[in-house]
Amino acid sequence: MSIQRILVANRGEIAMRILRTCRKLGVEAVLAVSEADRDSLPARLATRAICIGPAHPSQSYLKPDTLVQAALGTGCDAVHPGYGFLSERAAFAKLCEQHGLVFIGPTSDQLATAGDKLAARAMAADVRVPLAPGGDVQSRDAVHELARRIGTPLLVKAAGGGGGRGMKLVERIENLDAALELAAAEAGAAFGDARVYLERFVARARHVEVQVLGDGAGNVVHLGERDCSVQRRYQKIVEETPAPGLAPELRSQLHSAAMRFAARLRYRGAGTVEFLVDAARGEYYFLEMNARIQVEHPVTEAVCGVDIVAAQIAIASGEGLRLVRGEAWCEGCAIECRINAEDPARDFAPSPGVVRSARWPAGEGIRVDTHIEAGARVPPYYDSLLGKIIAHGRDRAQALARLRAAVAMTRIEGVTTNLDLHARILSDPAFLNGGVDTGYLARLLEQRVPAAVVHG
Amino acid sequence: MTLTARDIAEITRLLEDSSFDELELEIDGLKIHLRRGGGNGVRPHFPPEVRAAAPVEVEKRGQAPFPPPAPPAAAHDPALTPVRAPLLGTYYRAPKPGAPPFVEAGARVEPDTVIGIIEVMKLMNAVRAGTRGVVREIRARDATLVEYGEILLLVDARGTG
Repeated sequence: MSIQRILVANRGEIAMRILRTCRKLGVEAVLAVSEADRDSLPARLATRAICIGPAHPSQSYLKPDTLVQAALGTGCDAVHPGYGFLSERAAFAKLCEQHGLVFIGPTSDQLATAGDKLAARAMAADVRVPLAPGGDVQSRDAVHELARRIGTPLLVKAAGGGGGRGMKLVERIENLDAALELAAAEAGAAFGDARVYLERFVARARHVEVQVLGDGAGNVVHLGERDCSVQRRYQKIVEETPAPGLAPELRSQLHSAAMRFAARLRYRGAGTVEFLVDAARGEYYFLEMNARIQVEHPVTEAVCGVDIVAAQIAIASGEGLRLVRGEAWCEGCAIECRINAEDPARDFAPSPGVVRSARWPAGEGIRVDTHIEAGARVPPYYDSLLGKIIAHGRDRAQALARLRAAVAMTRIEGVTTNLDLHARILSDPAFLNGGVDTGYLARLLEQRVPAAVVHG
Repeated sequence: MTLTARDIAEITRLLEDSSFDELELEIDGLKIHLRRGGGNGVRPHFPPEVRAAAPVEVEKRGQAPFPPPAPPAAAHDPALTPVRAPLLGTYYRAPKPGAPPFVEAGARVEPDTVIGIIEVMKLMNAVRAGTRGVVREIRARDATLVEYGEILLLVDARGTG
């Protein structure tokens, strides 16, 4: 079945990204916008934009009924959820399925399994994918016994959470009960699911994830890995592929583990299997599966030449993995910087406002994904991502040189950005050396900032 | 129905002789888009997926000819008070098919007068006027999708205290 018209249920740079591929494929795109995004660049580039509600996401981008109604009312046959918002809500996928709309993503059952971290852990164990020591929280006695076996430091995680949300670090066992109580209360409030579990805290680990595509019939391919260890409070800000300095043996183990997991799910669409990697010991642990397109997908596209959004649409249309079969892939290296409207000097407080001027970079091997131009509003209701700068080179050194030059020529005025922080990371010896762990950025930020750069 | 090359030539000729610059025609899933003069700059374009050498001044991009979405720009007498759709959905002017509409032009409304129903996934939401006055114009068509904030009707609230 061929898809003719897609409702894009998202905003910002990912809306632009999806519209671009729709344009390329000759598919019409209806963009659902909140009141705050009516005049946005993607709203003007869509075949049609339709206002679904007030600015606050709970009244617009997070309303399954309204989005399905908008899709049906505008004659769409498919829905692309992007990332965030409703992209991993099994109930939304189900509602689409029930109304004959193709949900461009996994099935609602697959979303439910991937979204339940305990179910995902069980499935990983089932296909011999290594897990960090940990487990389900049953009774009070059992949990203390479990905690003693895991050892400290350990994490209390929400079964319905993910991406670091609803997580508590326990450094001493006497704090366990308090952490369990707090985590359960937070998880219940945030995800409507108070179940929590314990997992060993792997210090000095790297975050490495594998991009997979599945046809829903058990066939799965991978498009290599991404290293996303440069993070602050579990928010990634720099990503790259391939993961620097990974032993070939470990790399292929990661790819194979991700494929086993996705194949076990009979996964449909694009997804990412995340791992914690202890490169020094050659060990890795399954973290979770993100059942959607990810922010950092362009680095993979840069090195393997696959349009992942087009692949998602092809899979949803029942064309299988046609787009990725036989592609030459993995050429060189690609690195991405997320440019956010936030102020590193004020503990990364969001910096909404109106963009006075925007000069994005261009050049050999440079790609920019953004919805921001002069006059664009950065509303306070959504994430602060302004755009992504991606550099591709024949090797890491060339990609780095290109990215440094690209970041240096970028000028965003009117809102505060993290551009200076990116410039700093891209010149930092530890990052240049490659293979930093997830604690790297926190340590860098603790160092005294070099003489402040003042922009007019 | 099928289109022959001759039909397309005929359509092209009709466009050439007309005062229009652009024609979009859809017949049984086949879509034809004809445009005069190569169609430069008719639509806002995507910023190039840059591989060029020079920086791109995004701010210099041409003005987008696509109008922003609802509320429709269609002007109305500023003295009249618009009643807007409080949510996206299918708008019904009458309580059920065939029944008389809740209000017609000329009707007096109070703030809590029901002026229509908006259906979202089988859920019927009554829409109230929210203002006192006389209905001057019905804007939204019955049984069509209305966007959030779209003008449903215009009320003359002057001199009603």
